[in-house]
Amino acid sequence: MTDNAQNNAPGNAPDNALTIRSVSKFRGKTQVLHDIDLCVAPGERVALLGHNGAGKSTLMKMILGLTPLSGGNIAIGTAPPGSAAARRDTAFLPESVSFHPTLTGREQLTLFARLTGGRLPDIGALLARVGLADATDNRIATYSKGMRQRLGLAQVLLGRPKVALLDEPTSGLDPISRQDLYTIIDELAAQGTAVLIASHALTEVEAQTDRIAILRKGVKVADDTLSNLSRIAGLPTRLRILAQDGQAERIAQQTGGTRINGASVEIYCDADSKMDELRRIAAMGDVVSDIEMTPPRLEDLYRYYAREGRI
Amino acid sequence: MIRRVFAIAGAEMLILRRNWWLVMATGIMVAFALALTFAGSSPTGTLGVDMLTVSVSSMTTLAVYLAPLLALMMAFDTIAGERDRGTLGLLLTYPAGRGEILMGKFLAHVGALGIATGIGLGSAGVVAALAGGAGADSVIALIRLIVTATLLGAVFVVLGYALSALAKSPAAAAGLAAGLWLVFVVLFDLGLLGAVVMDGGGVFTQKIFPWIMVANPADAFRVWNIAASDGVAMASGMGGAAQMLPVWAAPVSLLLWPVLGFGLARAAFKRVEP
Repeated sequence: MTDNAQNNAPGNAPDNALTIRSVSKFRGKTQVLHDIDLCVAPGERVALLGHNGAGKSTLMKMILGLTPLSGGNIAIGTAPPGSAAARRDTAFLPESVSFHPTLTGREQLTLFARLTGGRLPDIGALLARVGLADATDNRIATYSKGMRQRLGLAQVLLGRPKVALLDEPTSGLDPISRQDLYTIIDELAAQGTAVLIASHALTEVEAQTDRIAILRKGVKVADDTLSNLSRIAGLPTRLRILAQDGQAERIAQQTGGTRINGASVEIYCDADSKMDELRRIAAMGDVVSDIEMTPPRLEDLYRYYAREGRI
Repeated sequence: MIRRVFAIAGAEMLILRRNWWLVMATGIMVAFALALTFAGSSPTGTLGVDMLTVSVSSMTTLAVYLAPLLALMMAFDTIAGERDRGTLGLLLTYPAGRGEILMGKFLAHVGALGIATGIGLGSAGVVAALAGGAGADSVIALIRLIVTATLLGAVFVVLGYALSALAKSPAAAAGLAAGLWLVFVVLFDLGLLGAVVMDGGGVFTQKIFPWIMVANPADAFRVWNIAASDGVAMASGMGGAAQMLPVWAAPVSLLLWPVLGFGLARAAFKRVEP
């Protein structure tokens, strides 16, 4: 029974919107993806990080059924990639998305809505939601890169997808648009869509995703929440203590930290001992006037997990 | 499924109107058809047929060259161009299957070709009829010409899709399309002519040559129009070869080609990775 259930890979994870199991891909003789496992639950936002050429886009194309798998299997719900059911349930925002330049935003979106099926949604409202209300009936040839990206985002919102794949969604967007983008991603997740975001814009996905998977040269080197990843990597949290007048030296001696100027002391501690350290500092009383805490940055993590020679 | 095919066809038709293709193709058709009608109007008296009949026979020769050319100009960019622009990947993630996408584009392209041919050849026909008279026979010959020219265009539309799917870039697709046109419309006939001359009226000329000829959609188009109308056959002077074949040969060839070509294009498109 157990064996049977395991062989039936898509069936044994009915809770996941997207299931990727030991997927490999060869291009010629080069293996570009090695035994990738990744699951995304409905409503979960997962960041897929990696340098250019790490295999992020290839993995997305395989999920979409645009590129055949060399090994392993993928299921969207329970449907194989590229099947009619899978195509109905997935939405995709390609990296630097493009459209036919002679169509207007409204015409392009109407076409996509008709292809999606179901009742035709309010195209005008959808375009207004991504901030294209003024350009609805302009030809796409006149759009800036950021506007095309917004139109690309609007088509992701068509037809309540179960899985949304966003490849570098922030490329070409200014900071305010990025904020809009993440608001929309949060709304997608709130309606139960599993969102997979491929990115190398590390600072942005930090606060915006539930889980982070890191690819390096086609190998998944990490897949966990940000805090767990920090713990595993053993990257220290930095505490900077601002001392009362003249007390910096005393604090440095008591805590074993380093004095960095007349009034501040820096301590590095790992995730497990962070609370102990904080309690110890709090017990010192009013010689401490302020504490600033900096958790490990995603850049540090990324460098740790994507480093050459690990694993 | 039908809804998705029509959605693609609608958008494609809009693009053909927006980028002036429809206007240009219709203009070219009208200009050439009118020019030929007037240039070819002299033999009317000697052959004893009305001017529309003569016009139809000259336009048959024109359409053999022009319909495939216009069809290929539209079709070569269809898949290669979408892939080059980066729009194909996104389109293929939508529920429309590849067959549906191809069918939608086919309907729009053949529709546009039908409009250009209808207006182009039709207007020249009207001018010829007004200038030199027309009968029921010659009107039917004109309608037959318009329908079969569109059908001939449809053959090259689907063959163009197949090339477009196989080519690595739009430029390569354009080159292949030019080659295809040259082979089917020019070189094929030259080759056959050479073979007939070499054969000197032997078995090849009598039995095999007509069948090879009618296997080419461009020649099937010619034979169909000539064999169906005595007047046109007389005006074109090409009745001989057509009479060696059964009546159904040319229509079957011309109707079969679009179906075969579509299957070919569908198979080539299946292998495309955006």
